[in-house]
Amino acid sequence: MADLAVSDLVVGYGPVRALRGVSMRVPSGSIVAVLGANGAGKSTLLRAISGTLRFHRGSCQGAVTLGDQRLTGLAAASVVARGVVQVPEGRRVFARMTVEENLRAGGLGRPRREYAKAHDQVVELFPVLADRARQRAGLLSGGEQQMLAIGRALMAGPTTLLLDEPTLGLAPLMAARITETIKEINSLGTSVLLVEQNVAMALSLASHAYVLEVGEVVLEGTAAELRASDEVRRRYLGIADAVEGTLRTRTLSRWS
Amino acid sequence: MTTFVELLVNGISIGAVYALIALGFVIIFKATEVVNFAHASLLLAGGYLVARLWPVVGFWAALLIGIAAAALVAAAIEFLVIRRANVASHSVLAIVTIGVDIVITTELTRQIGTDVLAMGDPWGSQVVRFGGVTLAETRIVALVTAALLITAFLLAFKYTGWGVAMRAAAEDAETAALMGVRLGRVSMSAWAVAGALAAVAALFLCVFPTPGLDRSTSLVALKAFPAAILGGLDSTTGALVGGLVIGVTESMMSGYQNDMAFLGRGIGDVAPFLVMLVILLIRPAGLFGTKELARV
Repeated sequence: MADLAVSDLVVGYGPVRALRGVSMRVPSGSIVAVLGANGAGKSTLLRAISGTLRFHRGSCQGAVTLGDQRLTGLAAASVVARGVVQVPEGRRVFARMTVEENLRAGGLGRPRREYAKAHDQVVELFPVLADRARQRAGLLSGGEQQMLAIGRALMAGPTTLLLDEPTLGLAPLMAARITETIKEINSLGTSVLLVEQNVAMALSLASHAYVLEVGEVVLEGTAAELRASDEVRRRYLGIADAVEGTLRTRTLSRWS
Repeated sequence: MTTFVELLVNGISIGAVYALIALGFVIIFKATEVVNFAHASLLLAGGYLVARLWPVVGFWAALLIGIAAAALVAAAIEFLVIRRANVASHSVLAIVTIGVDIVITTELTRQIGTDVLAMGDPWGSQVVRFGGVTLAETRIVALVTAALLITAFLLAFKYTGWGVAMRAAAEDAETAALMGVRLGRVSMSAWAVAGALAAVAALFLCVFPTPGLDRSTSLVALKAFPAAILGGLDSTTGALVGGLVIGVTESMMSGYQNDMAFLGRGIGDVAPFLVMLVILLIRPAGLFGTKELARV
């Protein structure tokens, strides 16, 4: 197990700078949250870590390291082989394949015994995936697809799991269920880097959080500190303190 | 009636050979989204090696070398050209493959010259009779071989890790990469398999009743293009059905062309393309082209 660290990461898509010198750290065994509005660079950060920038014609400078191994410049599959696995935003299950085949795609290249063990764990975590093993993944509900996406990533045996907005578009009950699962996965020893717009949920899970805005880290601290910070309360939790007089409701941070 | 049965079986047999070619075409398209116009040259390369080598090493060894070489050439095209080309659109790569095709075909045509090369196959011009129906042995071997290869391929595609990786990459390359699928390997293996299938097809396109391999063989292979397209470029089932449709159409049209003299001679060569046009007018994505199946 090793810490995942990002230092001075600069990412550009052609002339557009999406990240400008971001540094952060995911200590082994912890849950760290990255918060921010649309376009803040959250997904770009995950792409840079997981080695999928080239699918979006992005290029990066700076370093992503896992312990003393450098991840920058590796192909996505090699990053996975080193134990850093991402659950993509919007789930992106292989809709035309069955649930079972999706899990298999996640665990390709693992020895048979490890595979069987991972499969047992995933099915224990999400029994519904066993019930629906032979169904096409495209026919699952949104919540079930999210479970499948997480289960598929777990099949690779990650030491660090990257989650991109796992509760996006889910019913509150299902979102709560996913939140619980993330806690459970973490308690089994997997570090989690959680990207979320749902700040309340993210801060309830994470021990530490970073706030990204227009490609830069504008705030960081422990979850408790951030929850208490006026800035976060005002901008992301939608709680306006009366001090500011006329301003009572939520404000779109980037125009304020 | 016997003529009809003969034409039908011959059509199915040649259709199965077209299906082998079309299948390779579809695998490459699925794995790399490239329409591979160099496919006919792969086929010619495989066939050429078999024809040149059998007098030296014997037929079966020559066949194995030919298949391996075609697979290697295909993998090399993927590795040296397709993978390195950093282009914005896959249609550019399709045009690149036309260039590759011209290079390979030109060189092979120069080597072949005006010769007609025998394939040295053990079946020769023997025929088999069932009742009143006369069939060439080569046609039966072609049908059986193609059926076995296609079945093996489809089983591998469905059940092996390779097949799962291939389908995952075809459906969503980025997500497949995120799950640890090595896209480079997937696409190279797709090209290699397609090359190998093309070489097998080359053998059966050049044996009896065809006189042998000559420089027009790659034109014959072009008939597999409408097979792949009318079946739906991204569907393996489509490639099979398309191959059979083209094979049977061609065989029937050639066989009965005397009854259809008003259509002129050589309608058998034109018919596959006509069928393709008609099917595309009715189903623009081909018979089995992707239908969206997803809940959002």
